[in-house]
Amino acid sequence: MSSLYIHVPFCRTKCPYCDFFSVTGQSSELTSYPERLLQQLSLAPNRERLQTPLTTVFFGGGTPSLLSPTAVATILNALETWPGIVSQAEISLEANPGTVNLENLLGYRAAGINRLSLGIQSLHAGFLERLGRSHSPEEATAAFRQARQAGFTNLSCDLMFGLPGQRRKDLMKDLEALLRLEPEHLSCYGLTVEEATPFYHLHRAGGLPLPEEETYRELYLSIQDRLLAAGYTHYEISNYARPGHACRHNLTYWRRQAYLGIGAGAHSFFPVGWGERWSVPPDLAAYAMQLERGEDPALMLESFDRRGAMAETLYLGLRTAEGVAEEAFIRHFGEGVMAAFPAAVARCGKHLALQDGYWRMDLAGWLIYDHLIEAFL
Amino acid sequence: MCVAEKSSELFCGMTRYSLFPLQKRGGFVHYSIRISIINYTEKSLMDRSRIRNFSIIAHIDHGKSTLADRLLETTGALTDREKTNQFLDKLDLERERGITIKAQAVRLKYHADDGKDYVLNLIDTPGHVDFSYEVSRSLAACEGGLLVVDASQGVEAQTLANVYLAIDQNLEVFPVLNKIDLPGAEPARIKQEIEEIIGLDASDAVEASAKEGIGIHEILEAIVAKIPPPAGDAEAPLKALIFDSWYDSYQGVIMLVRIFEGTLKKGDKIKLMASGRSHEVLKIGAFSPHPVEFPEMAAGEVGFVIAGIKVLQDAKVGDTVTHFHKPAETPLEGFKEVKPMVYSGLYPIDSGEYDALRDAMEKLRLNDSSFSFEPENSLALGFGFRCGFLGLLHMEIIQERLEREFNMELITTAPTVRYRVITTKGEELIVDSANKLPDVQYIDHILEPFIVAAVHVPNEYVGGVLALCEEKRGIQREIKYLTSNRVMVVYELPLNEIVLDFYDRLKTVSRGYASLDYDFLDYRPSELVRLNILINGETVDALSLIVHRDKSQLRGRDLVERMKEFIPRQQFEVAVQAAIGNKVVARATVKALRKDVTAKCYGGDITRKRKLLEKQKEGKKRMKQVGNVELPQEAFLAILKVKE
Repeated sequence: MSSLYIHVPFCRTKCPYCDFFSVTGQSSELTSYPERLLQQLSLAPNRERLQTPLTTVFFGGGTPSLLSPTAVATILNALETWPGIVSQAEISLEANPGTVNLENLLGYRAAGINRLSLGIQSLHAGFLERLGRSHSPEEATAAFRQARQAGFTNLSCDLMFGLPGQRRKDLMKDLEALLRLEPEHLSCYGLTVEEATPFYHLHRAGGLPLPEEETYRELYLSIQDRLLAAGYTHYEISNYARPGHACRHNLTYWRRQAYLGIGAGAHSFFPVGWGERWSVPPDLAAYAMQLERGEDPALMLESFDRRGAMAETLYLGLRTAEGVAEEAFIRHFGEGVMAAFPAAVARCGKHLALQDGYWRMDLAGWLIYDHLIEAFL
Repeated sequence: MCVAEKSSELFCGMTRYSLFPLQKRGGFVHYSIRISIINYTEKSLMDRSRIRNFSIIAHIDHGKSTLADRLLETTGALTDREKTNQFLDKLDLERERGITIKAQAVRLKYHADDGKDYVLNLIDTPGHVDFSYEVSRSLAACEGGLLVVDASQGVEAQTLANVYLAIDQNLEVFPVLNKIDLPGAEPARIKQEIEEIIGLDASDAVEASAKEGIGIHEILEAIVAKIPPPAGDAEAPLKALIFDSWYDSYQGVIMLVRIFEGTLKKGDKIKLMASGRSHEVLKIGAFSPHPVEFPEMAAGEVGFVIAGIKVLQDAKVGDTVTHFHKPAETPLEGFKEVKPMVYSGLYPIDSGEYDALRDAMEKLRLNDSSFSFEPENSLALGFGFRCGFLGLLHMEIIQERLEREFNMELITTAPTVRYRVITTKGEELIVDSANKLPDVQYIDHILEPFIVAAVHVPNEYVGGVLALCEEKRGIQREIKYLTSNRVMVVYELPLNEIVLDFYDRLKTVSRGYASLDYDFLDYRPSELVRLNILINGETVDALSLIVHRDKSQLRGRDLVERMKEFIPRQQFEVAVQAAIGNKVVARATVKALRKDVTAKCYGGDITRKRKLLEKQKEGKKRMKQVGNVELPQEAFLAILKVKE
């Protein structure tokens, strides 16, 4: 196992669309959090799992940029010591543009972060406000430039589309502004209303005029057109990168490779049997208490059988442009995709094809991915 | 004691009483069965002057079952443990709907105020228009009836129909005003209504509340005083009327009979006059409500007879039991074959359940000779059954029992009636399914069944009822003001309009205040056509309907619009069309799915979001694949309802 995910469940404010686990206004817990993470890391089962130096580390959140550069350095130094970090490792940190400045960016860089993912979301003041983001468009572009100044050569920006009331030209304006910043990586997410978020309730009350399917489609396709023209590859349903800059950490998820997740609310995937997924309950108090007692807070979420593992391999792999290698699939599971899922493959029709040894979903298929992939589950 | 998981013994005759109470656990109906059923023998009461045979005539919800329970309690027939509500309604389905489906007879011993002991035979009747023949036979077994009227609701159409049935059979009917304790009770007004509408003297009507136990003693005294004892000659050749029969897995068919003439003894060889079969009497007795065996029963008495009859069809309701060696010259009047009026297709959602469905239906038919079924094949739905029912309620009851008691998942096709189709060659075909209708060029003309329907409705809703009857191709016969506020509307209506959504619509236009009673009338020529539903150009046979030509376009438009709402969107556009022959009369489009994607899928999302999709897929298992389109059950149900 050589990928580590670190969940930092703290935010200054909660964005109304976000359903990730995070808490606000608990700065005291934030101070002791790095120590807890290292405690969890040092538990016997994790020591056993982490036998080889890390190739990717990802600080996700929440708002990981609420951790001070010193805290990040402490964690990364500990990881350097054990299990080690390979020299070419991808070490990412998600940052909220409102929380960074040249000083702490320099600090993160010095601590060893080499990839920064900026949650810009939009460069339109009105939409930023509606999304409940605490930063302004100016702060966002400034954060990006400062990151460059601080020496980050691998920068990613998040862009949201399909926002209530967003027109194509609003989006394209955002996109052009981002392109002028020349990020190495772009994650473009269609706004999704998740259950138990303020947006969910707003939507149910009819207060969130989401775009029609046809509009969503047009926006999605416009983004791809523009980004392909600008030299990016569309390597996952919502992700684009300059060649060589696809997020290696995230690819481990979609390739169904092993990773360890630490922190309250973090998930792990272990290559035991046909795969096991574990999670740490999203509860900071319980997390702290269990670690103090020396107990492992992680619980097994699911254990796969062969069929489930096959289905999930496709469920995740077909999200990527790389697709699912037929030969590897056969090697792993003893039968090919067509043999295992004839009806589901048929249902996908022209959207799913085996080419050059890889099963891949086409762009139109990605737009109705949930509808198509359901047949495999 | 044993625990059974199948419901086929629900009516299991001699053991019937001990099925109660039914308890549902984990989807199964559990009940105990006492195998040693008849515990003791007592001498049947031979003094006819001390017998009263009566039934309770009431509208659904007017409290018949509760009253019956109070009578059982008060006369000591029920122990405390058994005093759960509504003893006479056996099935939980019946209890839920508050209606009695099977008739039953209970023998009550009553020590009257005159110091004498009487035997009161309460003959329960089914309370719905679908079972009117059974009602008529139950009434024929009585000398009197209690007309139970809700003291705030008043007389309803169906009550009236049954009261007339009772009066026609010379029953002594006296009124009971029930639910007198409720704040809305208006006894004076209701009494006046009974007098005006029915012509019964209501001056000394008993005011009661079965729920509160008010007026029960008065009712018992009135039964003794007002209802005449049965007549008949115990020495004459035997004539006994079967007014109910059911199948018991241990005893075979159990018949409830009323002896009009002669005496029936255990060991007698009997003959059923309509079916012509003969059998030996194994047991005679009565339910009080626990079964009690007698050596013999004579004219005037009511009880059960067990004669080793294997098939319910051999002991039809209305048939006359007589002695094989000394038969009566003529049977009792009024026997008639009960024939299904409404037909529909029942298909298992999982085609692998076909055999299980057939087994379940066979079990139900053991106790319900009016339910018929035969195998049917649909291109869209696979193998299933074309089933015949007495009416819509009967249909719903069968469906629900199949689903609840046998855990079947079913798709039901639109109910239809039996049409008579005269071909160009002059042959007559009976058509009970749209798919059996020959092509237009082979049809000379079609006849459809008509009924005469009486609707009772308060004055203010008459307009709505008339409009509905007109819309349903009705022909007005009569509008009669029964009182200043209650109107009886009589229409001749095509039965196929009734089976569609007439009940529901009637409820809507009258806010639930209308009641309906109907009788079969005759067959009449009619301009009928087959309306086909096409999905992406393919006819879905299970959705075809027979409709009146004038209504085909409207119906078609309504249907495709409704179907559209239920068909989940697919990758491609789905065209839903209604057509008569090659002519498309309506079209709707289910737009193609253009966007359905989870934008974010990272470490923490994987399991949760995948499970959401799995759950969604699970929900689709109840769908039927028609061509390349998945149709949910609701799409088939859509055809049963018409937009208002």
